[in-house]
Amino acid sequence: MNKTIRVLVAKPGLDGHDRGAKVIARALRDAGMEVIYTGLRQTPEQIVSAAIQEDVDCIAMSILSGAHNTLLPKVVELLKAQNADDILVIGGGVIPTDDIPGLKEKGIKEIFTPGTPTQVTIDFIKANVMER
Amino acid sequence: MMFNKDQISVLKDAVDRENSKTQEKLQKRPERKNVFTTGSGAPVNRYYTPVDIADMDYMNDLGLPGQYPYTRGVQPTMYRGRFWTMRMYAGFATAEESNKRYKFLVEQGSSGLSVAFDLPTQIGYDSDHPLSEGEVGKVGVAIDSLADMEILFDGIPLDKVSTSMTINAPASVLLAMYIAVAEKQGVSADKLRGTIQNDILKEYIARGTYIFPTEPSMRLITDIFEYCSQNVPLWNTISISGYHIREAGSTAAQEIGFTLADGIAYVEAAIKAGLDVDAFAPRLSFFFNAHNDLLEEVSKYRAARRLWARIMKERFGAKDPKSMQLKFHTQTGGSTLTAQQPDNNIVRVAIQTLAAVLGGTQSLHTNSKDEALALPTEDSVRIALRTQQIVAHESGVTEVVDPLAGSYYIEAKTKEIEDEAYAYINKIDEIGGAPKAIDMGYIQQEIMDAAYDYQKKVENNDVIVVGLNKYQVEEEAPKGLLRVDPAVGEMQKDKLKTLRQERDNAKVEAQLKALKSACEGTENVMPLILDAVKAYATLGEVCGVMREVFGEYQQSVSL
Repeated sequence: MNKTIRVLVAKPGLDGHDRGAKVIARALRDAGMEVIYTGLRQTPEQIVSAAIQEDVDCIAMSILSGAHNTLLPKVVELLKAQNADDILVIGGGVIPTDDIPGLKEKGIKEIFTPGTPTQVTIDFIKANVMER
Repeated sequence: MMFNKDQISVLKDAVDRENSKTQEKLQKRPERKNVFTTGSGAPVNRYYTPVDIADMDYMNDLGLPGQYPYTRGVQPTMYRGRFWTMRMYAGFATAEESNKRYKFLVEQGSSGLSVAFDLPTQIGYDSDHPLSEGEVGKVGVAIDSLADMEILFDGIPLDKVSTSMTINAPASVLLAMYIAVAEKQGVSADKLRGTIQNDILKEYIARGTYIFPTEPSMRLITDIFEYCSQNVPLWNTISISGYHIREAGSTAAQEIGFTLADGIAYVEAAIKAGLDVDAFAPRLSFFFNAHNDLLEEVSKYRAARRLWARIMKERFGAKDPKSMQLKFHTQTGGSTLTAQQPDNNIVRVAIQTLAAVLGGTQSLHTNSKDEALALPTEDSVRIALRTQQIVAHESGVTEVVDPLAGSYYIEAKTKEIEDEAYAYINKIDEIGGAPKAIDMGYIQQEIMDAAYDYQKKVENNDVIVVGLNKYQVEEEAPKGLLRVDPAVGEMQKDKLKTLRQERDNAKVEAQLKALKSACEGTENVMPLILDAVKAYATLGEVCGVMREVFGEYQQSVSL
């Protein structure tokens, strides 16, 4: 694919820990992607609307508050409702291993837990975004 | 001067000679690395000698323990008098659940309580607010009204314990609830001991649970300073925090520079509001991180004490020694924990505990081994608390005050961190103070650069994190992590519904109206908040009134 990949890095919920989000945003940018960072406290509705407006290929959400089971699937649902579920949705943060299968079932394509090298995420996005 | 000039010059020649000899040998047998650095990435020499601290003046720069500039500690006897307060940060789910955890911690020898609130509470939303969905009771306890607070401290005598509350934007509301609970227990406000974090600037910088814009936030803080100096004199009215700045990725020197710059902003705001510096400054407290580089961290705490003492005396003209003494709480570094091989975290926490104690902390929270994965279980919290008790009773480091003083390296490093932090403070002064530097995104940018730099070093294996990028093993998913009951959200909603039916709603409305007009004017809002929470106005209602008048902070987003 020759087109530049566009990624929305988002912080869903009330969690204020954005070191991970910002580090990943920079790493994706350094890897040649176009990155839009939402800032803190985004509702699923705001994230989906920003993703569609910015015409992104991927939504990368970082969440450390424990609200992942509520908020991440909500984003996928809203994308489906808007016929935008060709956008790749991934997540990262403090997410217990036991929760990952459930999240994947609901359409979050991959979950990156603490300690994941940024290159792993970069490679995953490159390999999994769809031609749009 | 500690050394005479001639001796230093002879020594300097010897060091230079020796260094060039070593340099030759390195051709054949190089050292492990080309450049050696601290955990924060600051270069370190091969060894240190009196040459590196030749300018140090003992009485001026160190003094005795308990003496200005307090480099060696704020008390003359330190841990020979009493140990630091072992204060474990805890709270999750409902007030009932957290109350049980507090009683457990007190039974296990914890000497002070430390309340973790959930995110809706920290951001001033009730549990039934749409934005609270999924967050209720997750990272701390959900407190919607005085009714929850009464349950939280049920059976805990508030004249006997000291309580720290990690609450910032709505600090005045939670403090008011605490005062009200104490009153019901028959404990008057002047007996209460504890701390509210109340540090909004670092929320804008690094932690993210802000509500109101800078100006009204600073007013709320000075209102608390004033109210407490008259009514709750033993209460620490703010905990100016470097912890979260460091967690966001700053270096050790940035942690001190940015935190003290925030401290300067609070002191200036209070003086501008007409308070006398010595009336409120003795109740200012600080909160720092403890990372793995033991000697760098010890130097950091010493540098912070010296720098703050000088700032308070020279810049603000404080007269009361208590105004110059930097007292601090420490928490071990959450970001240093690995999700991989979590048992290794026990060792990291032990090193960090030692750093905090050798640095002269007044209180300490030790993280549990499973915190890179979830909230800690009782078992892992017990190990974390035992770590402090082992350092206190078995390590021997508590028997001598500031035992690392006089080490050429420690003293040189203390000076270096002080100088670097001071340079940041000067830079922030030039910008126009911390609030302005935050609005411009300067501080956030500096931290982010350091964080990204560190991440790259880990990924290039320039920094080794055991179990993460070296010595990895195949691991199974960890078992037995703490899970917050998903029903907590519904339980809180039910409680709120009942509360709104049973309380005197006309009274609540009248109190909220009175609060609103106080917010619009200039009088101290604390008494009105106290009246409102006593009438069982909810946290969300009180903060809602303030949101109406003050508006909300808009984050400056920078990458």
